[in-house]
Amino acid sequence: MDFDLTEEQRLLQESVGKLIADEYDFEKRKAYAKEPAGYSAERWTHYAELGLLGLPFSERLGGSGGTPVETMIVMEAFGRGLVLEPYLATVILAGGLLRLAGSPAQQQQLIPEIAAGKLRLAFAYAERQSRYDLTDIAMTARAAGGSYVLSGQKGVVLHGDSADRLIVSARTAGGQRDAEGVSLFLVDPGAEGVSIQGYPTVDGLRAAEIGFRDVKLGPDALIGTKDQALPAISRAIDGAIAAVAAEAVGAMTAMHELTVEYLKTRKQFGVAIGSFQALQHRAVDMLVALEQARSMAYLATMMAESEDNAERRRMISAAKVQVGRSARFVGQQAIQLHGGIGMTAEYKAGHYFKRVSMIDTLFGDADHHLAIVARGGGLIDPI
Amino acid sequence: MDLRFTPEEIAFRNDVRGFFRAALPPEIRRKMVEGRHLGKQDIVRWQRILNDKGWAVPHWPVEWGGTGWSSTQQYVFQEEMQQAPAPQPLPFGVNMVGPVIIAFGSEAQKHHYLPRIRGIEDWWCQGFSEPGSGSDLASLKTSAKRVGDHYIVNGQKTWTTLAQHADMIFCLVRTDPAVKKQEGISFLLIDMKSPGVTVRPIVTMDGSAEVNEVFFDEVKVPVANLVGEENKGWDYAKYLLGHERTGIARVGVSKERIRRLKELAALEPAGGGARMIDDMRFREKITAVEIELKALEMTQLRVVSAERHGRSKKPDPASSILKIKGSEIQQAISELLMDVVGPYALPYQPDLDGSNEPPIGPDYAGPLAPTYFNWRKISIYGGSNEIQRNIISKAILGL
Repeated sequence: MDFDLTEEQRLLQESVGKLIADEYDFEKRKAYAKEPAGYSAERWTHYAELGLLGLPFSERLGGSGGTPVETMIVMEAFGRGLVLEPYLATVILAGGLLRLAGSPAQQQQLIPEIAAGKLRLAFAYAERQSRYDLTDIAMTARAAGGSYVLSGQKGVVLHGDSADRLIVSARTAGGQRDAEGVSLFLVDPGAEGVSIQGYPTVDGLRAAEIGFRDVKLGPDALIGTKDQALPAISRAIDGAIAAVAAEAVGAMTAMHELTVEYLKTRKQFGVAIGSFQALQHRAVDMLVALEQARSMAYLATMMAESEDNAERRRMISAAKVQVGRSARFVGQQAIQLHGGIGMTAEYKAGHYFKRVSMIDTLFGDADHHLAIVARGGGLIDPI
Repeated sequence: MDLRFTPEEIAFRNDVRGFFRAALPPEIRRKMVEGRHLGKQDIVRWQRILNDKGWAVPHWPVEWGGTGWSSTQQYVFQEEMQQAPAPQPLPFGVNMVGPVIIAFGSEAQKHHYLPRIRGIEDWWCQGFSEPGSGSDLASLKTSAKRVGDHYIVNGQKTWTTLAQHADMIFCLVRTDPAVKKQEGISFLLIDMKSPGVTVRPIVTMDGSAEVNEVFFDEVKVPVANLVGEENKGWDYAKYLLGHERTGIARVGVSKERIRRLKELAALEPAGGGARMIDDMRFREKITAVEIELKALEMTQLRVVSAERHGRSKKPDPASSILKIKGSEIQQAISELLMDVVGPYALPYQPDLDGSNEPPIGPDYAGPLAPTYFNWRKISIYGGSNEIQRNIISKAILGL
């Protein structure tokens, strides 16, 4: 049992930290957000050069065979920088699905392209009625000869408007809420019948509502085993939860530092407001919430690729609860302790607050995951 | 990063667990599970069992009876003991005065007191708080005036836990009233049988009398009972309070109490033919505490992991939250344990041990409400949670 980083992991942490410090200050981020895709094409290429886009993939596929710990290191730094690029959508979510479910040929074809920064992906899985239920899929993929015809709607597809390819979950058998009968397809967003409505999200990133009207797919569009995609989806989402937990920890750490610094410099009544006990104690409570979230982000990281499905699920859910609750508290208090300046769009604290608040809504919020853990009997088993 | 314990650590855990299973007297275990008061003889008996095994003071240096275990092994031992559930060794000896004597005591003090602490031949209590000196401990007034080769001690200590059983008390006393308050304090070991020492119980709202007032009226204490140097007592007290950083989270205690809570929730009727465990709202309340506890356990493991590389001088933000969060979690569990029995929290049933009266309601209900009231102390003793926040604010946030 240890929480130590290896020498290589420490170097990665240093270099990503430096990357964010040098290339992702608040002013640069504003400029990146104005680019057509809503993020920096140059930064994306740079991530590829640094090997970040191939991090979780095997060396044989152009990656560096990193573990979830490497992903955690990158995501924590990205949280600090409020990074806009589609790392979560492309590398973690879609990349995770390809690693878990893709055929060797599909992996060989797509993953080196991701690692090289030439292929951006988005994962379209949620639907209006499904909320956070991964099994509730109304979208259908009808078999027609050896091919498929895709029909339905997907909602809040992260970076769905700039992706070169979409991975789409659809029902190939069973009823709308059955665990069996779900399949994954690789879809060209330019294909006939695909309509994409992109929009900015509250946290300054982008997403899309995507419609599929009788979209014809070839037999090679199927990713993984027909009807059996749900376990891979669930695992990929678990990996994504671990990743956004680390991102939230990075953002919360930065928000806490910003707040403590403000308490030390802002003067009222002739003294630094950090000399007031009411504010000191609030800043300590923020630290407690932050460290509890950090601990659970570590746990999520170490469980992210566990083969023990039940254990992985409940620990990931527990982490999501803690991160969501801590994020809400740390974010709200950061704004409160800053007073008026915290409310302004010009100041960074509000942007961190918005990002961590939106992270809570991704992949199931704290209430959703609390119910999952509770229904499963909690965390502490009889000895 | 790796959450897994090594095969050696797992084997160690199994050994420790096996020993606790075999060696913990069932009647003591039953009292622990049911949350009933332990008598002096229960605590002494268990401590001597540990001492015979050589496990009375694992964290002490080997020459004074320590085991030489790694920080991970110490952690596992403590967690297993809490989950057994076995009584915690009386902290005033093994965790407080013992380490102070080891670090600052004379050779004679070490040879006399340390072996006696291991087997509770002396029952120690702690004389820090005074009626006018709670959070502002350094303002304490109990005085010790040097007369020849004795100190003459006058004053009053309070909240003295289990002083009614004590043979010895370690006290902070004022030896120099003329200097800055922290610089005139000494650390004195006082025999409770000395003429002029009076103990008066304080009954707390749960109906128990575990704390006391201790009065000192012209008490003669040999100079040989001074620990370290005169007027350096405040440093020793800070060392004492900072000595045990991970134990204060009491994660094992909370785990054991949550298991108990779930057992009772499975037994307790919830109306309409259901049991409390079927009530999703109640279950989510339990789960919310379990998640906080899991996070605290991970935070504690971070501290244990960092300690393997030697203790750093800089305070670790993770360790500083253990007391605050650990106490909040224990109190939340005590609340749910009272809530789970619903109306049967009401009957007041002081210790039924040795009584032939049948319990009112389910036999497990009696101690739950008193424990809820008693456990409010956890966020008060050892530096209240507000004082902990002051410390973190200053030492870690630099405010």
